[in-house]
Amino acid sequence: MTAPPLPLTVREVVGETAEASTIVLDDERGGLAEPVPGQFNMLYPFAVGEAAISLSAFDAGRLTHTVRAVGPVSEALRRLEPGAQVGVRGPFGRGWPMRRARGRDVVLVAGGIGLAPLRPAIHAVLAEREAFGRVLILYGARSPADRLFIAELESWDARDDVDLAVTVDYADGGWRGRVGFVTALLPHIRFDPDHTIAMMCGPEAMMRAVASKLTARGVPASDVHLSMERNMKCAVGTCGHCQFGPLFVCKDGPVFTYAEIEQLLAVREI
Amino acid sequence: MTPLADLVRAHPFFAGLPAGMVDLVAGCGANVAYPAGGYVFREGRPADRFFLVRHGRVSLEAFLPGRGPRVFQTLGPGEVVGASWLVEPHLWSWDARALDAVRAVAFDAVCLRGKCDADPTLGYALMKRFVPILVARLQEARLQALDLYGRAS
Repeated sequence: MTAPPLPLTVREVVGETAEASTIVLDDERGGLAEPVPGQFNMLYPFAVGEAAISLSAFDAGRLTHTVRAVGPVSEALRRLEPGAQVGVRGPFGRGWPMRRARGRDVVLVAGGIGLAPLRPAIHAVLAEREAFGRVLILYGARSPADRLFIAELESWDARDDVDLAVTVDYADGGWRGRVGFVTALLPHIRFDPDHTIAMMCGPEAMMRAVASKLTARGVPASDVHLSMERNMKCAVGTCGHCQFGPLFVCKDGPVFTYAEIEQLLAVREI
Repeated sequence: MTPLADLVRAHPFFAGLPAGMVDLVAGCGANVAYPAGGYVFREGRPADRFFLVRHGRVSLEAFLPGRGPRVFQTLGPGEVVGASWLVEPHLWSWDARALDAVRAVAFDAVCLRGKCDADPTLGYALMKRFVPILVARLQEARLQALDLYGRAS
């Protein structure tokens, strides 16, 4: 049995795109355990339902989630207003390999809403920037208007110690940045494949393509990490909703190494 | 001014090409420059060249009636622009425009096709460079077309 949802108060809701919003929750009493980058919470807009939502940031007393409206629960979360209450269980799951990344080049690849689960890892790296090698952030979005965290992207881009590349699938005439799929950014980045940790989150087809290209460049599959998404219910590996072959995404993941799941990704039935 | 053969030899696209072939290829090349916003080529016009970008970025655009130009790819230093010169009817399929001031090496298609016809080993060496790029771009275009970041993903 897990603990019942803890009611937390919505402090702030920020519209990111036409479909995605960032929700900041107060947990000043510390009712939940301290999360690690890559973990998720189960958010419960009362009387609607519960959904697994990755943390997109956290600090003392504040838990931040970025959600894209894809169904009734995520739509209800987006409609929350400051002062409202939402039930929270968590944090759950295995997060990004932050300790293992120390001293290495770090390649972070995000697609679409996948930047949200990677953001706490980026925050952790930048908080101790000297502890890591090269930091390369690659982000692909559908269009310029679909980019998340635009002000933060600009702040990362302004840093001399971060290589940020953003690309969009399509753009109209006013966009001055790159256009093309996120995999097109990979040939242009430099890293030491023997001393690199890669972390990625996005649609599975995107992650398969990126992981394949990174391993082709010599990064061991055990150093390539993917955050998987499945329909999660219990979040503790008992209900089986998120079963992924012999694994449960909620309990064994959501972060896996490519070495762990490469063969499973090729099995369409799971 | 850097001799054209040195520019060709230094460009990643021609990495490893034997010196004799570099000279043959460079004999069909010329330095070109485009101001920001200028068209490198236009849809439907003869595809009589291809380009190795040295500086600046080029956008590939489709013009959509009622919506204007839509950019589906940008290419920058070290990359190749233009493949329609390889296949009949040798017409550009899209517009290409300089996003900022662009400097490139442009290769005359008739000159280069003639040399490839006369020396199939040169043609094969060029195909070995073009085909992986075209396949990679095709794969990327398919992933783009799947609209993976959209609602259904």
